Amino acid sequence: MHPQVALRPEPFGALAYHYGNRRLVFLRHPDIVRVVRNASSYPSLREALAGEGVEEQRWPSFVKALSSLTTSEIIRVR
Amino acid sequence: MSAESLVAQMKSGLDAPICLTWELTYACNLACVHCLSSSGQRDERELSTEQAKAVLDELRDLQVFYINIGGGEPMVRRDFFEILEHSISNGIGVKFSTNGAFIDKKNAERLAAMDYLDIQISLDGTNAEVNDAVRGEGSYDTAIRAMENLRDAGFGQFKISVVVTRHNVDQLDEFKALADSFGAQLRITRLRPAGRGADTWNELHPTNAQQRQIYDWLLAHGENVLTGDSFFHLNAFGESLPGLNMCGAGRVVCLIDPLGDVYACPFVIHEDFKAGNVLDDGGFTKVWRASDLFTELREPQSAGACASCGAFDACQGGCMAAKFFTGIPLDGPDPECVGGDGEKLLGAVPVALLPRPSMDHSKPERIKVTS
Repeated sequence: MHPQVALRPEPFGALAYHYGNRRLVFLRHPDIVRVVRNASSYPSLREALAGEGVEEQRWPSFVKALSSLTTSEIIRVR
Repeated sequence: MSAESLVAQMKSGLDAPICLTWELTYACNLACVHCLSSSGQRDERELSTEQAKAVLDELRDLQVFYINIGGGEPMVRRDFFEILEHSISNGIGVKFSTNGAFIDKKNAERLAAMDYLDIQISLDGTNAEVNDAVRGEGSYDTAIRAMENLRDAGFGQFKISVVVTRHNVDQLDEFKALADSFGAQLRITRLRPAGRGADTWNELHPTNAQQRQIYDWLLAHGENVLTGDSFFHLNAFGESLPGLNMCGAGRVVCLIDPLGDVYACPFVIHEDFKAGNVLDDGGFTKVWRASDLFTELREPQSAGACASCGAFDACQGGCMAAKFFTGIPLDGPDPECVGGDGEKLLGAVPVALLPRPSMDHSKPERIKVTS
């Protein structure tokens, strides 16, 4: 997660706000919130998804979501 | 989760607002004829510095990421910078709206040194003639001077905020060029019949043909122009404009007025839309999460008279505040309904019986609109 990003829990998942670029992004599922929050403690994205209990058939949609979060700089590639 | 269900989720309310407007004072050096809060004179009941800081501490705990500060003219408050600094140092970014009168070279430099701060200079015409007719004599020059001071101080990208009226709608390209010349971002919003705007809306609001003009202009330029999602009633023309197509009042948006009263949105300073006060037991949090008014606004709303209209999904019946102050039922069409259904209802309620804003802090003399 980008150091200038804050997450606020909401019933649907969370709101992510980037203080630098002022972008507000909706994380629309509790699972994606957990992955975003904890990804940095895993050696790879694959292990993060597995470790956070995301079933393998959902990985493509998670990769897509995470890639769009990279574009808005909510998360960064190490 | 699909986009539709996200909107449904937002309609049922969030744990804290996304877009919170806080008007710091009713005092203002200007007397704009469309002022949403009928500002002019300070109210002796306005929140003290300590009370304001306590509200900010609460907003920090709620993780409100940023607030929109306005007024009146917020820079009139002697503790303006103290409040600003307290907010920003607590992780609450600030965007404040100002007429620019107090952005001299020194203040511009002070503002330029702050992080997480956006400034919005109000301007309602690209020349003094059009602007000053609404905002008062000399206000055009004042705003331009403030922009020059911000530019010279290296503030970076500020915003120029325009309320679109019948008289400046033809200047949209010029506003964009002016913003570009300052490296600023243009923001255009809808004129609301709220505050003193209730008295001038009839003469100032865009004609039906001009609404089409605004819609077409936004479709062509919308990507780089901010609107606060305020033109969603125009979506009934066809393709949706960018943004959330919904009324956020009490759901994702609210207003804290200078006294600490919490209203559903900045356009409805009226008893019917007052949810509570930040000084009540339980503070702002309880007002936001549990007030009767906000609970009611988060329940599914009836499409009422618009239920049979094919465009309802696109325009959602428009703006609650615009309907309220023009005497149209809240489940009726927007007064600026592009299908003309709202216009037909205007005048159904005698002017003397229309709802009046709960508070009026106008100075004794008013500037008259001349045309």
